Amino acid sequence: MKYLTTFVSVAALTAMAGIANAEDVNPAVIFDLGGKFDRSFNQASYEGAERFKEETGIDYREFELQSDAQREQALRKFARDGHNPVVVAGFSYGSAMETVAAEFPETDFAIIDMVVDLPNVRSVVFNEHEGSYLVGMLAAMASETGKVGFVGGMDIPLIRKFACGYVQGAKAANPDAEVFQNMTGSTGAAWNDPVKGGELAKSQIDRGADVIYHAAGGTGIGVLQAAADAGALGIGVDSNQNYIHPGQVLTSMLKRVDVAVYNAMMDVQEGNWSTGINVMGLAENGVGYAVDENNEELITPEMVEAVEAAKESIIAGDTVVHDYMKDDSCPVS
Amino acid sequence: MDIDVFVQLMGSSLRLATPLLLACLAGLFSERAGIFDIGLDGKMLAAAFAAGAVAAVSGSAWLGLLAGIGASMALSVVHGLASITLRGNQLISGVAINFLASGMTALIGQNWFHQGGQTPQLTADSRFLGIQLPFAEGLSSVPIVGPIYSNFISGHNILVYIALLTVPLTWWILFRTRFGLRLRAVGENPGAVDTAGISVVVQRYQAVLICGLLCGISGAYLSTGMSAGFVREMTAGKGFIALAALIFAKWKPWPALGACFLFGFLEAFGIRYQGFTIAGVTVPVQFMQALPYILTVVILAGFVGKAIPPKAGGQPYVKER
Repeated sequence: MKYLTTFVSVAALTAMAGIANAEDVNPAVIFDLGGKFDRSFNQASYEGAERFKEETGIDYREFELQSDAQREQALRKFARDGHNPVVVAGFSYGSAMETVAAEFPETDFAIIDMVVDLPNVRSVVFNEHEGSYLVGMLAAMASETGKVGFVGGMDIPLIRKFACGYVQGAKAANPDAEVFQNMTGSTGAAWNDPVKGGELAKSQIDRGADVIYHAAGGTGIGVLQAAADAGALGIGVDSNQNYIHPGQVLTSMLKRVDVAVYNAMMDVQEGNWSTGINVMGLAENGVGYAVDENNEELITPEMVEAVEAAKESIIAGDTVVHDYMKDDSCPVS
Repeated sequence: MDIDVFVQLMGSSLRLATPLLLACLAGLFSERAGIFDIGLDGKMLAAAFAAGAVAAVSGSAWLGLLAGIGASMALSVVHGLASITLRGNQLISGVAINFLASGMTALIGQNWFHQGGQTPQLTADSRFLGIQLPFAEGLSSVPIVGPIYSNFISGHNILVYIALLTVPLTWWILFRTRFGLRLRAVGENPGAVDTAGISVVVQRYQAVLICGLLCGISGAYLSTGMSAGFVREMTAGKGFIALAALIFAKWKPWPALGACFLFGFLEAFGIRYQGFTIAGVTVPVQFMQALPYILTVVILAGFVGKAIPPKAGGQPYVKER
């Protein structure tokens, strides 16, 4: 009887291994705190996965975190179930990824916004400072008071990178521009606190800001709302958020998380999988600013001209936007 | 700090204090009648969801408010059944309500709107917007009085004013009416009330329902006044801060206003003065954000004196046979 059990379980294992080989692409995506429908960062990764599903007909598994403790569990669960690739979006997955990716060397992992140096991990990072520089210029040009605001989510180097690029852009367009900066909090809850986001935006508007850029995930919904309520302009982030308050959102700093998620899944599907660091900047269209029917009246031809010139110059390397994460400091404030 | 900044800070404090104040007064009614209620947070959350959802579907903030009050009062009835009729443990019933609200709002929200437990973004018609009181525009240029009137007193939404009016109303009901006297009496000595021929059960149910009503307004304020829609766990523990304020205020309405305003002020201060510099030393953001909680501990431990809860609080009333 004992032999029989062993035999059966071995047979089962072989069968499972066989299935895993037969279905090479069996993608899974894990969202970060803030929820799948934050209309921003997580929603972008959701849209990337949806696009893959639409084009290939291959379904994917997904997981929404409820707490920090679940990061490692979720990663390990998907890896153990034979999912490949496992894509996670969020800098907070760094340490969980280091542990789990080492345990499952056969699985392909992709992590966005963080660098994990393991042979089976693709790390996708964006040049957010470049995109933020461009929307910073737009903000300073659209501002009538010469004062613009920034509301960040969790106070981490990545978000300071957004802020730093934004300030540099604003000062480039208007050297006298004053920039107010606020962070929502220092825990994961700061990604999903629209009430506090709105209050921060109100405080900046009270001090004279009339254009406010947010890099705060779900918290940003409150920022855009407060800006719209007060007759000021908001600037969206990650996804195109111009539609949330048409005519009241100056533009959105696009960060193509969707492309990164889509590429990771597609590359495994087509056998083009590569690991290492994958940088997506202005040149790769990884970041940019959004113009559509909701904001075309807010963006004048002169503004487009100035921003496009700056974009060319950054891509050519003539203008260097300082990256906060290089030395943990910002030359301007 | 010039007067404008100070007044704006006060206005922000008032907005942030409002949900605390309503929840605190809700707890005051319930606990004065001898029913401990740590389910304030859950009731607010359920109300915030119901208000956000109904406002989104119907397009009316007032219908949303009614739905929020309804949801909150329904949970109050559950709490009443468990702790008054069935004589269960009031703390456990409160904890259960918190869990129930946290889970149900996410579940219903996901099945209803398919947006991960959020409700759709509310339009201007389906929210409580700030109202300008008369003369606010004209007076704003008058020094000192102008900014105070136009930025601190005027410009909030109607629920803020309702919350402020609830304070004297609560005081009047509790300390100047027969109903209030009986309500306080069932919290101190239900046996005496019973001897006088007044139903303890009815009296306590009334208190719990008033608690539900106020929590409902508080929750609706969060989703349809302060922000534009419900997001998961949007109360962020405000119900518990309201409980702390209630103890700090020693179960009295006017001190409750002061305590809640203080908490609101600390939060507003933390929001506005992130990483500012005093005498060359930059105060870390984390310190500013922890300040309300640090002060809560300091105040409760050192300055409040002895806080004596209602005598019969937490005990189910059993009629002697």
